[in-house]
Amino acid sequence: MIINEQVAIDHGLNKDEYKKICELLKRTPNITELGIYSAMWNEHCSYKSSRFHLKNLPTKGKNVIQGPGENAGVIDIGDNDAIVFKIESHNHPSFIEPYQGAATGVGGIMRDVFTMGARPIANLNSIHFGSPQHKKTKTLLRGVVHGIGGYGNCMGVPTIAGQTSFDESYNGNILVNAMTLGLVKKDKIFYSKAAGLGKPVIYVGSKTGRDGIHGASMASASFDDKIEEKKPTVQVGDPFTEKLLLEACLELMSGDSIIAIQDMGAAGLTSSSIEMASKGNLGIEINLNKVPCRESKMTPYEIMLSESQERMLIVLENGKEDLAKKIFDKWNLDFAIIGKTTKSKKIELFFNEEKVADIPVNTLVENSPMYDRKWKKTKLSKKIKIKKEQFKNLKIINVLNKILSNPNVCSKEWIWQQYDHTVMGDTIQRPGGDSGVVRVHGTGKAVAASVDSSAVYCWAHPLSGGKQIVCESWRNLIAVGAKPIAITNCLNFGSPENEDNMGEFVECVQGLGEASTYLDFPVVSGNVSFYNQTKEVGIKPTPTIGGVGLIRDYKNMITMDLKQKENILLLIGKTEGHLEQSIFLREILSEKNGPPPEINLFNEKNNGETILKLIDKNFIKSCHDVSLGGILTALSKMCIKGKKGATLKKPNYLINQFEYLFGEDQGRYIVEIEKKDLKNVIEILEKNSVHYDELGIVNDKELIINDKSKVSIDDLIKSHTTWLTNYMSK
Amino acid sequence: MNSSVITFPGSNCDRDMDVALKKFGFKNKMVWHDDNELPKSDLVVLPGGFSYGDYLRCGSMASKSKIMQSVINFAKGGGKVMGICNGFQILVESGLLPGVLLRNKYLEFICKNVHVKINNKKNFFFKDFNKDTLKFHIAHNEGSYFCSNEQLKEIRDNNQIALFYSDADGNIDEKNNPNGSVENIAGILNKEMNILGMMPHPERMIDPALSGEDGSIFFKNLINNLK
Repeated sequence: MIINEQVAIDHGLNKDEYKKICELLKRTPNITELGIYSAMWNEHCSYKSSRFHLKNLPTKGKNVIQGPGENAGVIDIGDNDAIVFKIESHNHPSFIEPYQGAATGVGGIMRDVFTMGARPIANLNSIHFGSPQHKKTKTLLRGVVHGIGGYGNCMGVPTIAGQTSFDESYNGNILVNAMTLGLVKKDKIFYSKAAGLGKPVIYVGSKTGRDGIHGASMASASFDDKIEEKKPTVQVGDPFTEKLLLEACLELMSGDSIIAIQDMGAAGLTSSSIEMASKGNLGIEINLNKVPCRESKMTPYEIMLSESQERMLIVLENGKEDLAKKIFDKWNLDFAIIGKTTKSKKIELFFNEEKVADIPVNTLVENSPMYDRKWKKTKLSKKIKIKKEQFKNLKIINVLNKILSNPNVCSKEWIWQQYDHTVMGDTIQRPGGDSGVVRVHGTGKAVAASVDSSAVYCWAHPLSGGKQIVCESWRNLIAVGAKPIAITNCLNFGSPENEDNMGEFVECVQGLGEASTYLDFPVVSGNVSFYNQTKEVGIKPTPTIGGVGLIRDYKNMITMDLKQKENILLLIGKTEGHLEQSIFLREILSEKNGPPPEINLFNEKNNGETILKLIDKNFIKSCHDVSLGGILTALSKMCIKGKKGATLKKPNYLINQFEYLFGEDQGRYIVEIEKKDLKNVIEILEKNSVHYDELGIVNDKELIINDKSKVSIDDLIKSHTTWLTNYMSK
Repeated sequence: MNSSVITFPGSNCDRDMDVALKKFGFKNKMVWHDDNELPKSDLVVLPGGFSYGDYLRCGSMASKSKIMQSVINFAKGGGKVMGICNGFQILVESGLLPGVLLRNKYLEFICKNVHVKINNKKNFFFKDFNKDTLKFHIAHNEGSYFCSNEQLKEIRDNNQIALFYSDADGNIDEKNNPNGSVENIAGILNKEMNILGMMPHPERMIDPALSGEDGSIFFKNLINNLK
């Protein structure tokens, strides 16, 4: 086959990139080499449009063991224990084939975690669909949920929390972001850096097939009318094999045989071998005839670009081959010595005794393109003047019921009931709370995790939205009594070649950088997903944040359900009544413009840290952060969970009651305390300069806002729990 | 008391069962599916999970596993055997218990707390139980118990039904049938009452932090009855 510019363009490379390849190689690449360059240089693998901006994120901290650049990030949780975690997108494949796309997304992220020697202990996911009325939404939602469950359940890893949203901007591009946490001993972490010459390179796991070829390139392009044709680029998952691979890898890792290990994820054998060689600053030689293949007559090009799942590449110590083979035989997995490390600093591939590729590793990695793309700043829009008469005919209880049953607020039990969230016997906070919490097996500690995104805020003002989402993640951890430690991010955006979309990316990243720096909440891993767009229309900017925190003594974990009649409810943080971009204004008054709520990082940090102090002193009986839908929505959820009511006090503010009840000011929590503790609690709040208001009192079974506005908890439960089940059963 | 938990490729509640058995005083051994011999055991447990990836039919391939011949011999000699979730599926597939487990009625995996009512206390698993209904936990995709009318008559006549899905007060009705099982059956015994299969996971209810302690009662009772 003759390689020219057109062939390169068909591989998703541009003219300049093709020219650069020829210069770097000082010759024309052959088809296998071109395939390898296209796989390494696509957006998904090279981060060519994002690297320039990502380098500004804070990635270090006293608890950070490993920041971005490895298979996953690692944080220290004390006592020689560490948590390995990462979030990753599988958006494009999930839209084309929802079950397999979502399933392999979950499989891929778990592999990233156990590649580092950690046993996965919790899964989370953030999934976003088009408008419920859109003809594809229901099928996609069902397929994605079945896929996530199908894989995670079989692996025996609990899915402990998640987030689901609906917005018409996802009509043509759904988002599926999967996150996994794993537990490892600090001195048993495995990395992907190869070392030593002449070390055997081992292939383990499933056989290589023709599935997923160019998956990463597909994920680096926009969709058009021919998307059905892209089905063969979606990988097919086999969680059973991955479970065996997990157990076999952990068994091998308990010894000292492994020098480096890397899972074959995006761009399969290509990226795994190149990454190991690049990090170790050496070369790798592979005999492709030794690669276990599922199908006959696979070409070097296909073998190198296949994204078949459940495979790993390992650099072993010399002499450990037999021991390793015995373990993989026991688990009925393929095991093959396919090559060795060399000093050439090149990737050299042989097939039928012929050299089929010969590429200097640095040309694929260090010399990969990096773009400082053009971008546009988003102006903060002016506040909206809402006329008084717009509120006039609104009844609080009607509004509340509408919000509680809104697809973006309602209970997602239909979804999480399909995920095994209790296997492994350590889930102490199940889905539906502020964070999922699992115990660190056999210890008194627990780890909390949450996934969050606020695309609407990010769309209205990316800089504020970027900050807000980090703060929300922080609050969700605080609310269960966890000290926030670090985050992982999944940055879902439209095309970087579009100045508006690129601007959204740049400013969101800037915002989340500012917030995570201020909160000392560093980013330890992540993933960028661009080209979430069909034809010219991109999604709303959707950075997803996965936050992880530590609870020193799991018995001090907090839940949001109201506990005891007569207890006092305090609102922590200041209420200004910010309605723009709130669900109230968008859904009830149909006003989509205006700025998102402001973020005050000082208050955010101070409020959160003070709540942790109160929890430490055992004053907090229940806690919930105030987010989408404001105070009344947050309080209703606490009532629903605890099957208790609440009687609100009349606010001391002059703002109108809709602003008070449904405004989405940030940095706020509702906490439940006992009457006898009120004085002590107030003292601590005042000493720490935390603004608070007495919100109300817990009662038996009614939410009472004032004499005219009250509703039974049973009615609230009905509003909250029926929409999704009804929608899916129609 | 010695117990053995069998690990099949794809088992994923084997560790949880090991933790639970040890917590309540069993000396537990993990046994690999490819072994020939069972260690000396007072109780053999087939744990939950997805043995062999649920390929072919849930539990079907595991039932032909090497160790199963020993388990079958052990059971036929009167040894106590308990299968939870996938373990229950393996027991019906190997013919040790009657009936089959079909896909859940709404074709979806279900993970939630349920109540079960104990139907038969005249067996070693539930003897001397001080409660009639228990809060247990289910997590399965194929838990809808089904059998022929003749079989149903037989297991009823022999009092082989161990547990029914019910509400907290022990009412057995369609509303409290999570998966479409015939007559709300959640667990059954063999005729000789030494083999129990059930879909709910008692090992996930052994700690107040895990939403319940009825599993603790179950395991405490189990070891007492073995003594």
